[in-house]
Amino acid sequence: MSEKVLMKGNEALAEAALRAGCRNFFGYPITPQTELAAYMAKRMPKAGGNYLQAESEVAAINMVYGAAAAGARVMTSSSSPGVSLKSEGISYLIGADLPAVIINVQRGGPGLGGIQPSQADYWMATRATGHGDGHVIVFAPSTVQEMADLVAKAFDLADRYRVPVMILADGLLGQMMEPVVLPDPIDTAEIPAKDWAANGHKGLRPHNTISSLFLVAQQLEDSVLARHDRYQLIKEVEQMAQEEQVEDAEVVVVAYGAAARVCRSAMHKAREEGIRAGLIRPITLWPFPTDSIVRALGPGRAFLSVEFSTGQMVEDVRLAVEGRAPVSFFGHTGGVVPTPDEVLGAIRRAASGERFNELPFKNRPKGGVL
Amino acid sequence: MANLDIMLAGFGGQGILFAGKLAAYAGMLEGREISWLPSYGPEMRGGTANCSVCLSDEPIGSPLVVEPDVLVAMNMPSFDKFADKVKPGGNIIVDSTMADVCCMRRDVGFSRVPATQLAEDNGLKGLANVILIGRLLKLTGFSDLATLDAAIEKSVPPHKADLVGFNKKALRIGHEFVDAEECQ
Repeated sequence: MSEKVLMKGNEALAEAALRAGCRNFFGYPITPQTELAAYMAKRMPKAGGNYLQAESEVAAINMVYGAAAAGARVMTSSSSPGVSLKSEGISYLIGADLPAVIINVQRGGPGLGGIQPSQADYWMATRATGHGDGHVIVFAPSTVQEMADLVAKAFDLADRYRVPVMILADGLLGQMMEPVVLPDPIDTAEIPAKDWAANGHKGLRPHNTISSLFLVAQQLEDSVLARHDRYQLIKEVEQMAQEEQVEDAEVVVVAYGAAARVCRSAMHKAREEGIRAGLIRPITLWPFPTDSIVRALGPGRAFLSVEFSTGQMVEDVRLAVEGRAPVSFFGHTGGVVPTPDEVLGAIRRAASGERFNELPFKNRPKGGVL
Repeated sequence: MANLDIMLAGFGGQGILFAGKLAAYAGMLEGREISWLPSYGPEMRGGTANCSVCLSDEPIGSPLVVEPDVLVAMNMPSFDKFADKVKPGGNIIVDSTMADVCCMRRDVGFSRVPATQLAEDNGLKGLANVILIGRLLKLTGFSDLATLDAAIEKSVPPHKADLVGFNKKALRIGHEFVDAEECQ
């Protein structure tokens, strides 16, 4: 095992990708993700791989399509507006059943928005990374260590299910430094062969075709349903969440990524004043860890979703809860990071039986509207 | 050891982020939980820059320091912005060459270090940041000199290895600094 090093989240993602056998990276710079591409620019050539700064995000994602179709481990990274640009290409990757890893180090939106940390792309990541009936697997790391650890898993799941995997981070995680023990480099010979890849065969086998075009409706339905069969399996076996002090909790806070860190601080403060708060931290956002939420249901127990958004994941919490418990929401958006004390205030209210959707509206009485 | 939340702030180019990295690195070398979070907005290109560093024995929740135990302010805007946020019982350290200021608060420790001037006088131009880390070390005891020396060796990039000695010297100047009489 390698030693502990101090690294930015963006750099840890890049180094972990190299160690996971990624030898192709195509991207375009955008704050707060740029250190990832810069790291790749420096290291990828030395690792014998291809680094290319494309002329745009659209070009980059289509280069990813090409490399993935040829069977390569390939990654791209961007931040929110750049990921919007990639969305067509991501849909094509999904439609052509191509494995790839896509990083989104989120910033505030919509539009060009800002460059501060945000979680406003939850819907884009989990609902509509592009057009059509498709999904990508979405990981949401919460520490620099987890950013490093999830990369190899992202490549493995992408290959196993032939589904693109998105790592949804944010500017706070991308920019911060924490100690990290980097995973050992994998033996690339152990990556399962991709017998479907269009990578040249000197006429020794039938052609492989990579395409997302099916003009006969029945063929398209068959193709989509075959993929959804895999989605079903993914939902059954790939849900990941971390549960902390949920057993005795009266308020179960649900938060992912950087927001979960703020909530952990708030949870400890709540416990100190006698409020039994717990935390469910989804690590996969798609599939959403519905099983964890359902397991946490219990008499007198309330849920509180806390996000750097106006309330997106809270819908998945409500879908999982199915009306069996009160679900409240607290958030900031646009790059404003909530303080632990603000979250503590929301925990207190949820513990007192209040049910609320709290956003920091100006000129409106505190308490918001439901 | 107690948790320590540090806020370092100043102009872009004063070495705020590097100073924060030294503190974070020292914490890591001592096996503590640490986080380092820079401001990364337009301030990087010439405005005010700041950096949150958390040292703890527990996993770190929010890495964004809102109420610091220690504020290291390298200019006046940073002092104005963060002085009120320091926890009671905490410490404020200012580079008094850059921010000739007295602190009105009586519930925090206050140290005026003419770090930029000291750096110039000792042929250490640009190392006011490390002088202030030396003062921080003395006031809080968050680590020890040997660990900070190791942090310097790890943090100074290889192509600037000749600067290691200057950094260590700056650290000691800050560590040995004694405040003049309390300012009124």
